[in-house]
Amino acid sequence: MPSDIAISSGAIAPPGPFRAFWNAFSENRGAVLGLAVVCVIVLIALLAPLLAPHDPFEQFKGATKLPPFWMDKADPRFILGTDAVGRDMLSRLMFGARVSLFIGLSVMVVSMLVGIALGLAAAWFGGIVDVAIIRVMDLIMAIPSLVLAILIIAIIGPSLANTIIAVTIVYLPRYVRLLRASALAELSKDYVTAAKVAGVGPFRLMTVTVLPNCLAPLIVQAALGVSDAILEAAGLGFLGLGAQPPVAEWGAMLANTRDLMLSHPWVMAFPGLCILTTVMAINLMGDGLRDALDPRLRKS
Amino acid sequence: MLRFLIKRLALTVPTFLALMFVTFMMIRLVPGDPIEVRRGERGISPERLEQLRHEMGLDQPIWQQFLDYANGLAHGDFGVSIVSRTPILHEFLTLFPATIELTFFAMLIATAIGVPAGMMAAVKRGSIYDQTLMGVALTGYSMPIFWWGLILILVMSNTLHLTPVSGRVDLIKYFYPPVTGFALIDSLLSGQKGAFLDALHHLILPSIVLGTVPMAVIARMTRSSMLEVLEEDYVRTARAKGLSARRVIGLHALRNALIPVITSIGLQVGTLLAGAVLTETIFSWPGVGKWLIESISRRDYPALQGGIMLIAACVILVNLLVDLMYGLINPRIRHAK
Repeated sequence: MPSDIAISSGAIAPPGPFRAFWNAFSENRGAVLGLAVVCVIVLIALLAPLLAPHDPFEQFKGATKLPPFWMDKADPRFILGTDAVGRDMLSRLMFGARVSLFIGLSVMVVSMLVGIALGLAAAWFGGIVDVAIIRVMDLIMAIPSLVLAILIIAIIGPSLANTIIAVTIVYLPRYVRLLRASALAELSKDYVTAAKVAGVGPFRLMTVTVLPNCLAPLIVQAALGVSDAILEAAGLGFLGLGAQPPVAEWGAMLANTRDLMLSHPWVMAFPGLCILTTVMAINLMGDGLRDALDPRLRKS
Repeated sequence: MLRFLIKRLALTVPTFLALMFVTFMMIRLVPGDPIEVRRGERGISPERLEQLRHEMGLDQPIWQQFLDYANGLAHGDFGVSIVSRTPILHEFLTLFPATIELTFFAMLIATAIGVPAGMMAAVKRGSIYDQTLMGVALTGYSMPIFWWGLILILVMSNTLHLTPVSGRVDLIKYFYPPVTGFALIDSLLSGQKGAFLDALHHLILPSIVLGTVPMAVIARMTRSSMLEVLEEDYVRTARAKGLSARRVIGLHALRNALIPVITSIGLQVGTLLAGAVLTETIFSWPGVGKWLIESISRRDYPALQGGIMLIAACVILVNLLVDLMYGLINPRIRHAK
């Protein structure tokens, strides 16, 4: 961006990279809204032990299947009612935010790190290493995401940690392919040749010289990857293959309430709303990130 | 074109080999010996155990077992289900039409609504229509479809009584032999009055649920592709010639905007099959997705193994077809290195 444009926006010096990013990002009102909602959910997740009115696992005898506060027969102690065994809905939802965000972030961090390593290796070594990595990624992508996750869970067994492993493997190819493509494009540029001539070793070249220039699309992918991971994990939880009871996971909370669907619909409504809100907020933010970081896509 | 075809075909061979290897290893990695699983709770004599091991080829060296497995697959032998004792290929093919029917209608709904919605958003860019449509698309894109399905059942079936809750046809009222496996075709063939409409009636809600995410993807894709095309010189030329807006957008712009959209529709097949697992579970739809989940809970690992192999093969084949079609439409892809 030429610096004279910055002057017209009122600043004297050209904006720093973060400022420029924020200016572009905050142009998109939806993205800012998404960011705000994400911040609120993160705060709730972090402060769940302080905010939650009850222990999420405590079963209140004689207080099962209570409706939320605006309905008849509601108990003011349980704002959003209770589930089939008398656990407080609001508390479980708050602790559920922890589980979902933890899954989303862990999947994102692990698949990004492994993806960077494999993508850079494929781009740098080329030849047989490249072919092998790309073939394996093709294979992973050939199996529908949830089916592959189910296969992995069938082998390693259902648990919260295994959900993270399975979803990470499912989403790995995106990062590897993205990194490999952008690293290959960067490797042909003059500054890389200059660095090579200056005697920079391969490891330093790939991590310090090339990697920072591949980051923009990677950040966008990472943001959208969090929401996809949350959805995928919730799907597994719903099928009974994710986090196991009594963990307060939103998807699993839905699965356990299916028998109550007709008589007590709110027990089912809240966990789903939480998943939808979280995923939507992250996607809104991700769209804004993409528009701000990737000017080629800014047209639309 | 032939060279492109051969090259593209050759690329799928290692993927297939790797897929065979993974599914082969899978059954050896799952907890529990396949024989132990098979013999169930009753104990059996060591001689009988040895005999069973021999029958299943488990006393052979591992490479021999893999070759046997590969040989079996090449002859269409995907193993036998532990629970039903029928060949897995047969079981899969009996259930697959139900899944195809569901995914096909889901895609039909998604395209029929997604493309016009995306087009309208692009043409009225920045307007309240655009913002509303894209807001709806974002919601659909973020939807946990298992929850969406339950909500729709609750509202449409249980409250408004508009659609049936589950299954493919009302079995109390109608019965017809499965000729093709497609409920719509079989019900027509049976000649029973109302059977076809009943089958269609059962199909609507699951199709909407499964089509929701692809619909949102298609709408967003059509919009951005259309916006790009509307900036092109030939669109300006068409406008300058004095053609009506309808003709410019409907004919000149849409045709070019649709090429990437069609490709993405083809590549959604994997997403659809993954979504089918959840949709079929919710609606008790007797397809391969529900069957896979049931195989897990019944510990029917050969069925799981064969089913995953077959589903992955379908996805690979469809992606190959999409690639070939794209190469046919766009020579630049064909001639790229």
